[in-house]
Amino acid sequence: MVMLIVAFVSFSLFNFVGDPINNMVGEETSDEERAELRETLGLMDPIYVQFSRFVVNASKGEFGISYQLRRPVSELITERLPATIELVLISALIALVSGTLLGVYTGINRKGFLSDIILAISLLGVSLPTFVIGILFIYLFAVILGVLPSFGRGEVVDIGFWSTGFLTISGLKAIILPSVTLSLFQMTYIIRLVRAEMMEILQTDYIKFARARGISEKSIHYKHALKNGLIPVITIAGINIGTLIAFSIITETVFQWPGMGFLFIQAVQFVDIPIMSAYLVFIAFVFVMINFIVDILYYFIDPRIRVKAEAVSG
Amino acid sequence: MKPKNLLKILLAFLFVFASSQSFAKTIKWSMQGDSLTLDPHAQNEGPTTQVSRQIYEALVTRGLDMSIGPQLATKWKAVDPNTWYFYLREDVKFSNGQKMTSEDVVFSILRAKQPTSDFKEYISTISGVKAIDDYTVQIKTSKPNPILLNQLSNIFIMSKQWSNENFAVVPQNWDAGQETFSATNAMGTGPFKITLREPNTKTVFKKNGKWWGDVEHNITEIQLLPIKNAATRVAALLSGEIDIVTDAPVQDLARITASAGHKVESTPQMRTIFLGMDQAADKLRSGNTGDNPFKKKEVRQALYQAIDIEAIKKKVMRGLSEPAGIITFPGVTGYTKALDKRLPYDVDAAKKLLADAGYPNGFDVELRCPNDRYVNDEAICTAVVGMLGKIGVNVNLFAQTKSKHFKELKDDQGDFYMLGWGVPTLDSHYVFHYLYESGASWNKVNFSDADVDAAIRVMEGEVDLDKRNAAIAKAWKIVRDNIAYLPLHHQVISWASKTNVNVPIRPNNEPLFRFSSVN
Amino acid sequence: MDSKNLTLFNRIKDSDIYFSFIKSPTAIVSTVILIIIFFCSFFVELVTPYNPFDPSSLSLMDAFTPPSWTEDGLAKFILGTDGQGRDMLATILYGSRISLIVGFSAVIFALVLGVSLGLTAGYFGGKYEMIIMRFTDVQLTVPSILMALLVDGIARGIISRELHDEMAIYVLIFAIGISEWPQFARVSRAATLVEKNKDYVSASTIIGVSNLIIMFKHILPNIMRPVLVIGTIGLALAIIAEATLSFLGVGVPPTTPSLGTLIRLGNDFLFSGEWWITFFPAIFLVILAFSINLLGDWMRDTLNPKLN
Repeated sequence: MVMLIVAFVSFSLFNFVGDPINNMVGEETSDEERAELRETLGLMDPIYVQFSRFVVNASKGEFGISYQLRRPVSELITERLPATIELVLISALIALVSGTLLGVYTGINRKGFLSDIILAISLLGVSLPTFVIGILFIYLFAVILGVLPSFGRGEVVDIGFWSTGFLTISGLKAIILPSVTLSLFQMTYIIRLVRAEMMEILQTDYIKFARARGISEKSIHYKHALKNGLIPVITIAGINIGTLIAFSIITETVFQWPGMGFLFIQAVQFVDIPIMSAYLVFIAFVFVMINFIVDILYYFIDPRIRVKAEAVSG
Repeated sequence: MKPKNLLKILLAFLFVFASSQSFAKTIKWSMQGDSLTLDPHAQNEGPTTQVSRQIYEALVTRGLDMSIGPQLATKWKAVDPNTWYFYLREDVKFSNGQKMTSEDVVFSILRAKQPTSDFKEYISTISGVKAIDDYTVQIKTSKPNPILLNQLSNIFIMSKQWSNENFAVVPQNWDAGQETFSATNAMGTGPFKITLREPNTKTVFKKNGKWWGDVEHNITEIQLLPIKNAATRVAALLSGEIDIVTDAPVQDLARITASAGHKVESTPQMRTIFLGMDQAADKLRSGNTGDNPFKKKEVRQALYQAIDIEAIKKKVMRGLSEPAGIITFPGVTGYTKALDKRLPYDVDAAKKLLADAGYPNGFDVELRCPNDRYVNDEAICTAVVGMLGKIGVNVNLFAQTKSKHFKELKDDQGDFYMLGWGVPTLDSHYVFHYLYESGASWNKVNFSDADVDAAIRVMEGEVDLDKRNAAIAKAWKIVRDNIAYLPLHHQVISWASKTNVNVPIRPNNEPLFRFSSVN
Repeated sequence: MDSKNLTLFNRIKDSDIYFSFIKSPTAIVSTVILIIIFFCSFFVELVTPYNPFDPSSLSLMDAFTPPSWTEDGLAKFILGTDGQGRDMLATILYGSRISLIVGFSAVIFALVLGVSLGLTAGYFGGKYEMIIMRFTDVQLTVPSILMALLVDGIARGIISRELHDEMAIYVLIFAIGISEWPQFARVSRAATLVEKNKDYVSASTIIGVSNLIIMFKHILPNIMRPVLVIGTIGLALAIIAEATLSFLGVGVPPTTPSLGTLIRLGNDFLFSGEWWITFFPAIFLVILAFSINLLGDWMRDTLNPKLN
């Protein structure tokens, strides 16, 4: 359903924002030639025919030819996809792991000095725009210290259609700055969320019982409390993947990371509609997939849902 | 993880380390923009030619010292003023192994004369070309052409068979946004071949093992990685990810020089930056006065004298520019120091001129600029906007990427624009033919003068050098007195690289990697 | 008049909000900073003699003057000048004004749209509510920056280029506003659902007060607290979003630079030693956003602990 709406939006983008014919031909093309081109492209067909054709093509991954780069959009997307996916995955991992750890710490040690510092920094993190962090990192690590690369992916290795930066030293080095930059904003959210969850759960009765039974604090915190606190974290982390993909637009611009976000931002500046609509459909697809996966994960983590589902089906 | 997968990954690792351990000499090259197309006849533009030059070759070419020497032709002679014979090398193979013969040369020159070619005017005097035998080509000109060799040095030779097989018989129609195989693939006789092409991201050149020449370089691979943002480009150079930048930002040269392991070289470039003002339109597209102030010479002169070129040199170009009085530079036939002298910077005089012309309160106009073509192009334009504001001319700056800028200029959308002109033939004729001749393709100021047109005819056909030079001098005087364009400065280019990377700097900003080395 | 003001003042003074305000040093400090920034930005003509947008007052020869306390600095340019010879302080304040105008307008746009939809949805319920809430759900999954970029991209396609520069600021306001409204809709709907069942609403319904009056006169004031909290945080987000879009080069045109545009332009000089051109706008932006966030945090804790 969502996919259909998005497909329709991007289809309208394609068709109504600017005349596609004008974008394809030069000034000298005569009116007859234009009409002919219109006919061959099927632009004379009724809208619903055009739309269904668009959906069929889109599901095959065909979005036409980029106005700016003059290459098939599907080719461009598959070329850039691995870069973005790798960046986003690493960032999500960093955000999730360090966010959870710091969140648990601040949740348990509510009044500690270190907790206050972490929280203050996390608020600062929300106020620091991603691009400012990126610039700061480049200045510090690439220019002053000269230890990490500031742009690109380094050496990549092609494994089939997938080009990965994980298998070379320069590739691994290159991903550090962009992924940390990208993860910071999400990390602050996760810290706050985990902290709030931990604080709430530690007040609940079953934790009090556990304490009364003499179970060690450590076991209470990590075995009982954290496990329950993780459910909302997984939801957020899931949604975050989508947000990370969106925010990778900025990170990719700052670090010249050859991913889809970088492609998209250039497309916006050039009003390169085929790329924009393809990107839109792609993002929508990712969101739908993420929601689906998060639902499944829920099922495994929260026994209540599982029991309910089994009760219904049984 | 399954052992089998683990093995695969280990093998991949091994492979990567093994390949990076070998004696591969790679140069990572960066500049702000990319080649617009790999089709060697579709766009006559600096970076495009810079890329093509590594893969394609011409009958004759300029060496490191910029003098013309043999390349695919070993010798040539003119049997009469209009008939030339070129004798080709017999040991030349394309990078796919095909032998190069006169068929390919004839095909390529005719291809460059097709309507979609951007070089058709460049070699407009060539009236016929035919193969005499496998290794002899006859070229006929419509009139005696003293600069034929200069022109041929930029006509790259393609394979006829390859072009036929890949539907690339005519050049890509760049202006119409056409997509062709030859725009994203290249196959030439040059010292390198392209193995990967991702426009605006990465282009990989590998050493062409079948090249006919003596290998003087030690490079196995070149990677072109365009980085638009100046700061990022410098950061990449300083952090070692890039080996050479052929348009180092002037503001960062001191810093790069100070960094251990990096060096900077500068040389005056064969390129003059200027502003054009449409003198033919009845009404400015972006104006507010309902007429076209640029029709009046006083107005053009007022704008000229309002520009403080020394301030631009000092602050925007950090001293790395040479203020210009004409759109050509030392070394080009017809250049003289006297012509290159600017009108004085004088705001009061400019205001008076503007008032005399009937615009005491100035007028509105849009200035179009590229933002990724020339050294600090957008910053120069911004400075010009401020300076013209002082005489009441309210300029709205519109800066955009070079491909759009050039295309829209060609579509006659510019009232007032920035352009830079290099002279690959090192002869004034090139400038007049493109910028001043009535109706010429880059004469977007629509300047037209019968005497200049007549002088251009003399430049094309006159073999008596004294007479020809007199015609050039006369033409320069007319266009200079008319203020057909507003010259700004001659560019100084700077290449920054790691100290172990030697790519000889050349005044046309074209690197020749076949003379380069990595130590 | 006087007595009315006095009572208002007394009411404020007696309120719990005022009490917790003077007890919170962070709230006071951030408010003071914000008042200073707002004042300087909106009355920038009084603060600095320079007008960075008047080309006739600029001299290129002043370009790249470092801050006044450094060796080559000039006293007349406290924070130095940029590449065009513009006084940095004046340029930042003018830029901050544009950032604030865009930020406020976008939040107000989002607030009006979100609250009216959320309020009516909560009040009327049924299919209408479902549709509205479905919309917010879908839109909440689309990250704001993407939404804003998309709106901007479409606008570029529809609006001719000549108009685009003039329209850019409105497009930006719309783009950021449209990406933030679901937050307001959700919060106001939730609050409305609580209020709807209270006695005063049932009483009003019984005596025949019209729906419109109940919603906007009676319920609205009672749901304003959480909305204001979201609005404050939203303002910080909107300012950052504006800066980000301008940094990416799709925001306001460089002729009327906002803070983000200034950082983008200054970025070119980061390595050449002219750090102040990008550093000061960046610091200014961070202080601005941080202060608003601190204030928003405090408001959330005070006004509506449940939102935490």
